[in-house]
Amino acid sequence: MQKDVIFAGFGGQGILLMGSILAHAAMDLGFEVAWVPSYGAEMRGGTANCTVVIGDRPIGSPIIKNPQHLVAMTRPSLEKFGPLVKPGGVILINSSLIPVSSGRDDVDEIKVPANDIAMKVGSVKAANIVALSAFVARSRFLDYDMVIACMKNQFGSKDKLIQMNLEAMEAGKKAAQ
Amino acid sequence: MPKTFRKPEALSDAQTHYCPGCTHGVIHRLIAETVDELGIRGRTVGIAPVGCAVLAYNYFTFDFQEAAHGRAPAMATGMKRVRPDLIVFTYQGDGDLASIGMGEIIHAANRGEKFTTIFVNNAVYGMTGGQMAPTTMPNQKTTTSPFGRNVEEVGMPVKMAELLAALQTPAYITRQTVIRPKYITRAKKAIKQAFTYQMERKCFSFVEVVSTCPTNWGMTPVEAVGWTEDTLLPYYQIGDVKVPE
Amino acid sequence: MAKVLMKGNEAIGEAAIRAGCKNYFAYPITPQSEVAEYLARRMKDVGGVFLQGESEVAVSYMLFGAAACGERVFTTSSSPGISLMSEGISYMAGAQLPVVLVNIVRGGPGLGGILPSQGDYFQATKGGGHGDYRLLVMAPASVQEAVEMVMAAFPLAEKYRNPVMIIGDGLIGQMMEPVEFPDDLVSEPTNKDDWATNGMDSRNAGTPNIVKSLHLDSKILNDLNLTLKAKYDRMKKEEIRYEAYNTDGDYRVLIVSYGTMSRVCRTAVDNLKESGFEVGMIRPKTLFPFPLEAIRKAAQKDSCKAVISIELSMGQMVEDVERAVQGKKPVEWYGMCGGDIPTPEEVMDVVRKLG
Ligand SMILES: Cc1ncc(C[n+]2csc(CCOP(=O)(O)OP(=O)(O)O)c2C)c(N)n1
Ligand code: SF4
Repeated sequence: MQKDVIFAGFGGQGILLMGSILAHAAMDLGFEVAWVPSYGAEMRGGTANCTVVIGDRPIGSPIIKNPQHLVAMTRPSLEKFGPLVKPGGVILINSSLIPVSSGRDDVDEIKVPANDIAMKVGSVKAANIVALSAFVARSRFLDYDMVIACMKNQFGSKDKLIQMNLEAMEAGKKAAQ
Repeated sequence: MPKTFRKPEALSDAQTHYCPGCTHGVIHRLIAETVDELGIRGRTVGIAPVGCAVLAYNYFTFDFQEAAHGRAPAMATGMKRVRPDLIVFTYQGDGDLASIGMGEIIHAANRGEKFTTIFVNNAVYGMTGGQMAPTTMPNQKTTTSPFGRNVEEVGMPVKMAELLAALQTPAYITRQTVIRPKYITRAKKAIKQAFTYQMERKCFSFVEVVSTCPTNWGMTPVEAVGWTEDTLLPYYQIGDVKVPE
Repeated sequence: MAKVLMKGNEAIGEAAIRAGCKNYFAYPITPQSEVAEYLARRMKDVGGVFLQGESEVAVSYMLFGAAACGERVFTTSSSPGISLMSEGISYMAGAQLPVVLVNIVRGGPGLGGILPSQGDYFQATKGGGHGDYRLLVMAPASVQEAVEMVMAAFPLAEKYRNPVMIIGDGLIGQMMEPVEFPDDLVSEPTNKDDWATNGMDSRNAGTPNIVKSLHLDSKILNDLNLTLKAKYDRMKKEEIRYEAYNTDGDYRVLIVSYGTMSRVCRTAVDNLKESGFEVGMIRPKTLFPFPLEAIRKAAQKDSCKAVISIELSMGQMVEDVERAVQGKKPVEWYGMCGGDIPTPEEVMDVVRKLG
């Protein structure tokens, strides 16, 4: 078994963190895992993306040309990675910032107004958590409850944030149904 | 209606890769205007540094070379020695010029090489993600001085213009900035003066431009302008530091 | 110890500290600047030395000076920076100094690119700077292995009084993978009193130690080079490390691949196996000394029709593979050197055609 997903958007949206939360959860659940960010000059101009690959045996190349799933937080990232997603995968579109669709009928496309939902639970900064939660709930990339448990662990020290993030998670899950 | 504001011929149509609020673009424009006004586009050769301006050759419409990190003044020396008729300038950041390339710039200046250096001082390494530069201010936080620049351990920021002006060889050395329109006019004059000295084969000419890097300073463009005025300019004072006789 | 999820570059910095190295000098360069950024903080916690040099040339001599005092010291850089350090590395090899260098290789020549590459194979394994010398070179294929190799590098550098280089690439440096740190290294550099300029008082000696590489007398210089050669020969006996994958049974093709590229090849070998096409792989973990004998033997297997060196370069390691196979089987090359990494499918296509 090997699964992978690309999180993409621009700097400041917490893109790398989304991937990192998922990667941590996968590690805690005993999977092999690799998290690979875009780096260097690619980041000038503000784009950010990362790939998370999990598996039950050592991961070969974690550089994925055709991802199984995509979480697109901005329009340019949808336009860049949308066409590359393998048929049957999930494409999550942050519809707060992306007014269009992927134009694909061979994938499971889901639109989540992540920024709007995040604003309702307290801060637009939680948009990444909303999207992550919606993605996990929809794709069953990992067991949803286990991811929540891992996230609690990671945010452990800042309990004010955890409350908001849990609400963001809950709202994201709902949006994915 | 006649056009009053147009793109200099020496500037290409390419969209630059610089971040919002970065002053690299303004400085490019001033150089391009100078080249146009002096009518030297056909015999100008620029040298791009290793730094955020590494792609500068995409933004101008004249010949360009790309240097190794810090070595542009040596390349410029090679060019001017074999083709004194070419108008040559290096365009270098503070990591490039004041750290790894300190040796090359000092010796080129001391030999009085007849080229022009545009030195973009933004108090940080931009391209590689905000590490400390020799020009980083005391207590300024960067990724390799996470607790602030500790001058006990790494000394005071280097004032390149003054350091080069201390050499006995005649030169034109000036420090400018481009963070507000009133400064831009002065900076433009200085750059044109520098190129003019080169055309007269008079001396080495050096224009330090105090610049911004909002991205790696962790500021908005507006905050970056304020920080430049409040923190950088009192230390890096603008004006001519040395003029040839 | 529990597993932690860590970026390769940070794990490399942490591994050095856990190996008892408290001295780090470096100059920023993508894709390894995070090592410096990590150690700028971490060295403070452990009371170590962190200094950003003014250039890689300067850094290489900071390493020289520190190592010559008998202290553990290391640096990290990437290809253009290693080129600049090559002068200092030659001096360190000549002066027989134990120093650890990590090269997170990027594409070249010149400024090249910043994506994964293995284009510095020759530079690392055949000397790099001037003169007759070799580095002990290790190449990790995962963050875990990078940690283990960094920790192993210090005692090896001290055992041989020779620089040790670890070569990874942007993937190893930038990627996060779970790592489990081995126990901290408690050994100290041994026998340094015999050669280090640690001050006569601190070693209770009446005779000075001189650390140098100039030997104008032809016999003395020849002897030094023979001493170095003896060290390199000993490395070839004692330090060769490699992994043999799927080589127990019969296979039609033998892949030789290392580092990041070998991860893809491993997937390709697995996939080919599922389709009934057996392929073996030798993955060198040390590039110098090189597992010549292991490759020679693996290539000799009757079922093996061809050997292929798959690398992120124009074909550098393939020359060593040819040396190993000695013309007994055809040796091919496949790879990319712009920053893209071949996919398992591309590797499978190439390999199938050989067998
Ligand atoms: C020999 C070598 N060492 C290091 C680097 C990595 N590097 C690229 S740009 C840069 C510094 C850029 O900073 P600066 O000169 O201040 O220019 P800025 O990006 O701020 O405009 C460094 C260290 C390199 N390319 N070559
Ligand atoms: S990183 Fe800094 S210097 Fe580089 S383009 Fe952005 S703002 Fe300008």
